Amino acid sequence: MIRVVLPPHLRTLAQVGMEVSVDVPGKITPRSVLDALEARYPMLCGTIRDHDTKERRPFLRFFVCGEDWSHESPDIPLPPPITEGKEPFLVIGAIAGG
Amino acid sequence: MSKVRVLVGTHKGAFVLNSDGKREKWDVSGPFFGGWEVYHLKGSPADPDRIYASQTSGWFGQIIQRSDDGGKTWIQPGTPPGEQKTPQGIPKGESNKFVYNTAPEKDGKPLTTHQWYDGTQHPWEFKRVWHLEPSLADPDAVYAGVEDAAIFQSKNGGKTWDELPGLRGHGTGPKWQPGAGGMCLHTIVLDQKNPNRMYIAISAAGAFRTDDGGKTWKPINQGLRSQYIPDPTAEIGHCVHRIAAHKSRPNTLFMQKHWDVMRSDDAGDQWHEVSGNLPTDFGFVIDVHAHEPETIYVIPIKSDSEHFPPEGKLRVYRSKTGGNEWEPLSKGLPQKDCYVNILRDAMAVDSMDPCGIYFGTTGGQVYASRDAGDNWAPIVRDLPAVLSVEVQTIS
Repeated sequence: MIRVVLPPHLRTLAQVGMEVSVDVPGKITPRSVLDALEARYPMLCGTIRDHDTKERRPFLRFFVCGEDWSHESPDIPLPPPITEGKEPFLVIGAIAGG
Repeated sequence: MSKVRVLVGTHKGAFVLNSDGKREKWDVSGPFFGGWEVYHLKGSPADPDRIYASQTSGWFGQIIQRSDDGGKTWIQPGTPPGEQKTPQGIPKGESNKFVYNTAPEKDGKPLTTHQWYDGTQHPWEFKRVWHLEPSLADPDAVYAGVEDAAIFQSKNGGKTWDELPGLRGHGTGPKWQPGAGGMCLHTIVLDQKNPNRMYIAISAAGAFRTDDGGKTWKPINQGLRSQYIPDPTAEIGHCVHRIAAHKSRPNTLFMQKHWDVMRSDDAGDQWHEVSGNLPTDFGFVIDVHAHEPETIYVIPIKSDSEHFPPEGKLRVYRSKTGGNEWEPLSKGLPQKDCYVNILRDAMAVDSMDPCGIYFGTTGGQVYASRDAGDNWAPIVRDLPAVLSVEVQTIS
């Protein structure tokens, strides 16, 4: 299971706590993790990525093991701490707006 | 005895206010969707317990919410009632998909670009739903006016949305450009007698009408004069802020434009100015008395950069002559040091007798008058900035 941490408003929307776990079939990448997340929590469709282009929404960032993966290819395999469930995949909202 | 329900959208959530027919004491519930901008909520005329809400965020995009119990509980209408959870017990719902129609088709010529602030062409990009207008007859049918300007329709209670592409495709779309608040379709007025006729308004493109249920559209801006555009009498480019109509006279329209209060008596084919003796004819809201089709209300705002009442005095202006002759209404409203704004969707009327008038401010107050504007009092105050106010009169 892959652990994913969501920003507070998306936790409310999905009616979950800070962290969720999703079963990701096949190669584990940012894209496949988000695909699995949206499949299990369909109300999150369009809130993290654009519905059609699957581009990351501008005010959201992805962090992996302390590194900013926001601008990495969504098809790069995630590292072992993520795939082994030791570290969560972080979806973080930008601090903006006061 | 009738009840009155006031639906308030704010910068940080939605609120629902309920009162009996006396309209003296108000029960305030909310915030719903706390932390999100709620641009608009509106109840179905066909089923007052059915309410649609536009929940939106610069971070997370657009969500459509629906209540089937008068605003007590809300769902994202992605699955039928009774099937709101997956087999794993997880709530479902994905009603937030608004995709522009870009396929060539018979109803129009869907566009890919409009005019940007600098005059170049810019792609259409969905940002949010500004206005929801439920059908007069079918609780499952609802229109959505969106930014970048387009009109969408749902026929299944908000579950899925399809654009009515004839509006963007009718020909003037490449000339539309955003106003200061973005290029938004913010007003939808349904003709109360002719189900095929509908009016919409776009900032800053102007007003448009369909006579065939949304398949084809035409600009209805003759008579408007806007000094802030290169051709003040152009076919499109006018920053219309709001249009209102009385249900008994659907061909008579009242408009608060960026500057100027206007009137049309032929379904928008021709407009004439009725600003008369207003202290300033800039403003956002306009509405019509529920029982007197020639009695209209505006709230003058000082100017297009000074978005507050003149002299720091919050005054509603009423005309009982369909415009031109206006009287200030100030009893119960702050008459010094008041510098709030009243946004375009933030005025509504009930259909009680006497008619109730309601408006919300960017300072978080919702004021109401139980006597058609003669006296005012806040029914709630200190909310987040109010974006919209709608009223339901429930028998």
